[in-house]
Amino acid sequence: MTTAKTINLELKVWRQKGPKDRGKLEIYDAKEISTDMSFLEMLDVVNEQLTLEGKDPIAFDHDCREGICGMCGTVVNGRAHGPEKGTTLCQLHMRHFSDGDTIVIEPWRARAFKVIKDLAVDRSAFDTLIQAGGYVSVNAGGAQDANCIPIPQEVAEKAMDAAACIGCGACVAACPNASAMLFVSAKVSQLALLPQGKPEAAQRALSMVRTMDELGFGNCTNETECEAECPKEISITNIARLNREFFKAGFFSSVE
Amino acid sequence: MRLDAKIPGGPLTEKWDRHRFELKLVNPANKRKYDIIVVGTGLAGGSAAATLAELGYNVKNFCIQDSPRRAHSIAAQGGINAAKNYQNEGDSVWRLFYDTVKGGDFRAREGNVYRLAQVSNNIIDQCVAQGVPFARDYGGLLANRSFGGSQVSRTFYARGQTGQQLLLGAYSSLSRQIALGKVKMFPRREMLDLVVVDGQARGIVVRNLITGETECHEAHAVVLATGGYGNVFFLSTNAMGSNVTAAYRAHKRGALFANPCFTQIHPTCIPVHGDYQSKLTLMSESLRNDGRVWVPKKPGDTRPPHEIPESERDYYLERRYPSFGNLVPRDVASRNAKAQCDEDKGVGDTKLAVYLDFADAIRRDGKDAIEKKYGNLFQMYEKITAQDPYETPMMIYPAVHYTMGGLWVDYNLMSTIPGLFVLGEANFSDHGANRLGASALMQGLADGYFVIPYTIGGYLAGTSFSDVTTDHSAFRDTTNEVAEHVEKLLSIKGKRTVDDFHRELGLTMWDYCGMSRNDEGLEKARKKIQELRGEFWENVLVPGSNNDFNQSLERAGRVADFLEFGELMVIDALARKESCGGHFNEAHQTEENEARRDDENFCHVAAWEYTGDDKEPGLHKEPLVFENVQLTQRSYK
Repeated sequence: MTTAKTINLELKVWRQKGPKDRGKLEIYDAKEISTDMSFLEMLDVVNEQLTLEGKDPIAFDHDCREGICGMCGTVVNGRAHGPEKGTTLCQLHMRHFSDGDTIVIEPWRARAFKVIKDLAVDRSAFDTLIQAGGYVSVNAGGAQDANCIPIPQEVAEKAMDAAACIGCGACVAACPNASAMLFVSAKVSQLALLPQGKPEAAQRALSMVRTMDELGFGNCTNETECEAECPKEISITNIARLNREFFKAGFFSSVE
Repeated sequence: MRLDAKIPGGPLTEKWDRHRFELKLVNPANKRKYDIIVVGTGLAGGSAAATLAELGYNVKNFCIQDSPRRAHSIAAQGGINAAKNYQNEGDSVWRLFYDTVKGGDFRAREGNVYRLAQVSNNIIDQCVAQGVPFARDYGGLLANRSFGGSQVSRTFYARGQTGQQLLLGAYSSLSRQIALGKVKMFPRREMLDLVVVDGQARGIVVRNLITGETECHEAHAVVLATGGYGNVFFLSTNAMGSNVTAAYRAHKRGALFANPCFTQIHPTCIPVHGDYQSKLTLMSESLRNDGRVWVPKKPGDTRPPHEIPESERDYYLERRYPSFGNLVPRDVASRNAKAQCDEDKGVGDTKLAVYLDFADAIRRDGKDAIEKKYGNLFQMYEKITAQDPYETPMMIYPAVHYTMGGLWVDYNLMSTIPGLFVLGEANFSDHGANRLGASALMQGLADGYFVIPYTIGGYLAGTSFSDVTTDHSAFRDTTNEVAEHVEKLLSIKGKRTVDDFHRELGLTMWDYCGMSRNDEGLEKARKKIQELRGEFWENVLVPGSNNDFNQSLERAGRVADFLEFGELMVIDALARKESCGGHFNEAHQTEENEARRDDENFCHVAAWEYTGDDKEPGLHKEPLVFENVQLTQRSYK
């Protein structure tokens, strides 16, 4: 924290009034930005300035600002959540930029994610995917004692690795096909690995994959961009597991 | 108004069982005739919406985020308590109950807290059944760790992201009910008012945050699970969107607000480092299991930590509280950090920080073991501060984190407005004057999965309802008032931004109504807030229009409410002439600078009634009766 300095930047920001507007990049100066600021705090500073100048501030989604809610995310210089590995936009700090840099900021672009305004997009398709089977059908009240289901530590850890997904949509934005395979596979994997999820594993894999296609997400062609840009570093081995679950369900289960 | 908490009679251990038996039931076929509104999708709201739908009620669920999965419960790191006694340390429902009442400095209801401890075990069972990947030992059984204010390991966890995993569990159950058509989900909606018809809560008015339209929704009961009001301080560990608006508007419609001055300042957060800062980041309390808190013994010592020899360090928590050490409750740890900094022993650039040092733990257990337990927290710290906590001690300082105060509710979690129920952090009921670590997740899920499903049935079955639709004049009037409020905000077109006002309010609250309070400062704060509120309504600049995705307008409405609510906090703090838990009035302390309660005069819940704009609120007291624990000076020595 002792090495803070200030830098000046040129921003090219995607401005779009609504889903039907064509949208375009506008140029703004971001002056005297402390390198200790987060990327979103830098946008706050620009927005305060725009507001005082009587202009419309840049709309962008954000909430927890500690990298866990999954609400924030834009494409920064062509990279989802910016240049740092394993980092959400709110955890990206300006010390990773240099004085005089130009930064291009765009929304997630995918057929299934419509732009709402500027950098904010509609990711409700992710909710629809979870509704298609990303759960264990258990009502509150009837569960047995938690320790009745021992789960080997390494299995629990693998399930947790997959469960760490924050649903931000970077995988879709990074994929040339705008596929949601990494997102779907993370949920399918978590629940397929755990004994609690096994009874519905076949139904879940088939239903979630079918819904993914219906929502306009693309197919997976093993580009691995999703894994590279995922802020929680979800592994594409989950996609392999999803494929296994999908084929197993299609060929060997009684689920239609 | 007489406050009746409706605590069931009989021995403490039998109250909840007995009450569940005495509650009227709605038969399964009739449940589908009732509509219930749930506002909020965090641990309390999400679990309530899912569970009520499982029972057969028609649920409408609202949240301000783009998806119910993003509620701020998601950011809870450390864990969730339960009295499972899996570690064979002598834990029990009674011990969890006792620790919670004591940790809250004897300002919570015995009956509520005992019920919370009872259902804590069901929560763990339910979450495991949903597929929540809790940490496990090598044999495959569930692992536990310790948290502040307790001498047993009863905290269940999923790495440093327990809140996320529990919330995704509730969200998955909710998603299932959405798919089944039993829950209708309304994301990106902000509740701007409560609609009361014939004295009953019968609906809400919300703003569609994308289009700006106001929408009306009617129901037989309204459940608020809209979280806490920590953002009144501007800088807090809360998410940017967390706000008091829904609760405060309900307050203005007649719901009493209880103990608003009880706020929790969390001891381990990343220190403030610039005036552009938008929020503070928590470092989980679980770190105090292995991290040791210290400052240099010599005031004004500017040497870097590795140059300060062991003999010149003061591990002040271990020294002052040998039996609990670094795991004293949060209020105690926070006040001690402030006291050290006040003596000029603070570290870092701003001198407003203390060290949290892992060197001993790394030497003892190895770097790998520490990484496994806290890896994601260390990584988060490194990202924000550009310092590596494996190599150099973390710097931490207290920050606003949680609010124990909230809308007053009875044992059924119903507010003073019939049909308005309040769950989770938004109510006041279980944590007294200080919440223990890993108890917020427990309370949110207890309320949603295991309390409201029963108590709301008792209300519905025992109440007669007139036919009310959104055409009713109460909806029309409330909608007009909401529209007027929004138009007024947009029409001022002043010179100061919303954030500018919010920052100033936050600073006033922190300076005078924060970790340490005195009457003179509180009086000053009250005047400052009134002046700031006056200026806000003349000089705020809200750009754009109502018919748009307008984030400045959203914030303006929330800050307008904070500017009224902040004053209520100050009024409550002034009225409580004692120190207890998170409320520390300098005039009331022991010789050892611990909080000194006044059980004779203040062993009560202070519930405030709204009496009109700029009018003194009315104070109603609910006496707290302790039949099972003895009130003592809290000691963690």
